[in-house]
This record gives sequence, C-alpha cells and structure tokens, in this order.
Amino acid sequence: MTDTASKPAVQPGKTAAKAAAVSIWQIFLEFLIIGATSFGGVVPYLRGSLVTKRQWIDDKEFVEMLSISQSLPGLNATNMAVLVGEKLRGVMGSIAGLLGICLPGGLLMFAVGIFYHHHGDHVWITAALKGVAAAAVGLILATVVSLSKKSLSGKFDFVFMAMTVIAVNRLHLGVPRTLVAVGILAILFHRPRKHQKESAAQ
Amino acid sequence: MNQIPALVRVFSYLSILTVGGGMAAFPEMKILTVEVHKWLTFPQLIHLYSVGQMAPGPNMMMIVVIGQWAGGILGAIAVLIAFFGPTAVLAFLVARAWKKLENWPWRTSIQQGLAPVSIGLLLAGCFTMAKGAIFGVETAGIAVGVLLILLQYKVNPALLVLASAVVGVLSFMPK
Repeated sequence: MTDTASKPAVQPGKTAAKAAAVSIWQIFLEFLIIGATSFGGVVPYLRGSLVTKRQWIDDKEFVEMLSISQSLPGLNATNMAVLVGEKLRGVMGSIAGLLGICLPGGLLMFAVGIFYHHHGDHVWITAALKGVAAAAVGLILATVVSLSKKSLSGKFDFVFMAMTVIAVNRLHLGVPRTLVAVGILAILFHRPRKHQKESAAQ
Repeated sequence: MNQIPALVRVFSYLSILTVGGGMAAFPEMKILTVEVHKWLTFPQLIHLYSVGQMAPGPNMMMIVVIGQWAGGILGAIAVLIAFFGPTAVLAFLVARAWKKLENWPWRTSIQQGLAPVSIGLLLAGCFTMAKGAIFGVETAGIAVGVLLILLQYKVNPALLVLASAVVGVLSFMPK
C-alpha cells in the first residue's frame, strides 16, 4: 500500500495510457481489494486506490463520478464501481467492478448470518448488539450532519429535508411517494434561471 | 414455500428507493421484510444493519442475510442481484448519457433538488431505526457519544461501532 505513495506525480496523458491498458481481471481484483479492506466507509478507499495508487482516473473525474453516484439511486460504493468499470472497459468492466466490491462483504455477512442464526440469542451477544445498534444511529446522524454542511444551501433546503422526514415518519406516505412529491418540488425550486438570482427566488 | 420470487420483487423495489444511500430504503425495508413477509423481526433487522456497518464494502450487505434466512444460498444470491442489479443498470446508462447532458441546465437542478430530499430520507431511516435501537440512557448515550466523536475527530467509524459493542456488553450483561 505505502510503496506507491512515494511515486512522483503522473505526467499529463499518463493516466489515459494506463486506463487503456487495464484488463477486466485487474478491475475485478482492484475492486475486490477495496471490497475487502474498506472498513468504515468506501469513498476514501476508492480514491486512494483508483486515483492515487492505480491512476485509472484523475481527481476531477473522481469527484464528478462521485457526484453522479450520489444523485442516482444505489449505494455510492456500487455506483462508483459501475461508473469506473464502464469508463475503463464498458459493460464487462462494470460487472467486474460490481462483483469485486460486493463479494468480500457479501461472503462475510453470509457467515455472520449463519452465526447470528445459531448464537444470536446468547446473552452477551444481545448485550453487544444493543450497543452496536445505538452506535449505528449515531453514525447515521453524523453522516446527516456532514452531508448537510456539504450540500445544503439556504433555508429552503432545510424545509425540503424536514418535509421529507415528516412525510415518511409522521404521515407514513412511504418513501416512493415522498421521493416523487418532495423531489419534484425541490427540483422545481432549484430550476434553471436565466440570471442565477438564487437569493431573490421564492 | 418458495420465497425467492418474493425476495426478488421486494429487493428490486427497494433498490430504486436508495436515493442518497441504502438508509433511504430502510423504512420501506422494515415494512416489507418485517411486517409483510415476516422474514425476520425488527430487532433482528436493526442488528443486522448495525453489524453490517463493521463489514467492509458497500454498507447494505446485510441484505444477504435476509435472503439467506428466507431462501438459503439461492435466496442470498437472488437478493444480491435484485438489490444491486437495477441501480447498476441505471448507473451504467447514465454514465453513457452523462457527457451529452453536460450542458443540460436541469442537470444541476436535479442534483441540487435531490440533495435535501436524500438527506431527509437518510434522517427518516435513522428515526425509524432509532425507534428500535434507542431505549433508555445507555443507548441514547452511545448514539450521542458516537455522533459527537465523529463530528469532532477523524476516527474510523467501524472502530466506534466495535467500541460500542464493548460498552453494550458492559451495560446490558445480566449481573
């Protein structure tokens, strides 16, 4: 891992040359490694591997692909695997990336499922799981805070966010209806304007 | 009874709801897997999701377990394909079309508009989960502690989940 860190920065054009030579197998293997080592969130591992270590994409492409991944349905990790795989080797590249990133965690959870099924009611396991579940709530809240700081602009975005929460948790409208209703409203609010007078908008 | 068609139906539907992350589909996942199909209980769903946060890779791999319990190894594979297939195809098609959309003014509007909605869905999923996971001072303390630590320091979240397991054992083990 660390041996690549000392390498000098790539010359322009070298990224493209490297990307052209990537095989389906290399894509699978690289995403398999990311899938097996990315404890605590995939995005930093993706960047470290694809941009820094392999130089298959540059930083600008990475940010662009990540923003596409975030606005599409699907997890960031799997969407990124598809986007990067597609860029490198088309359909087969996407499939290789997707399989690679899912396989290690999937196998691990398969084993966890068997273990939990047999030992899930053990006293110390139920005690530990109570702590783990509470931690997961804190984890999601932290994600909510950092995403809000990064991608919400203006008080209306907070109104849309609150409307979404109320529609799902209080009114029980269900995720699809909420997504369509509040989504369309928010997209129309952010509609393209000729003079970009964001602050004057109602 | 063969559960595989139902698994495929439920998880391909959940797949398209994961706007902004897997948690967006959590309220719907609870209704369908726990209340409608009874493949597992609500506490089990919460436990699997939480344990899944310690596993590497995409953070919804816990769906494999639901497939496994309901339909064995074939169920696990079916769930994986159903959950990741539809969004993968969509991402693939968008990747192809994206270059052409570069100057489409609505592209930015869609991104800006979906941001607050996807964060709202994440928060809604969080509240659904909190109803089952937070009860009393200890669990609330763990959640707030994890939140504050993550906002303040650069810590690997998987380590915090592991530490919370230890706190859980210390707090909830019958004396």
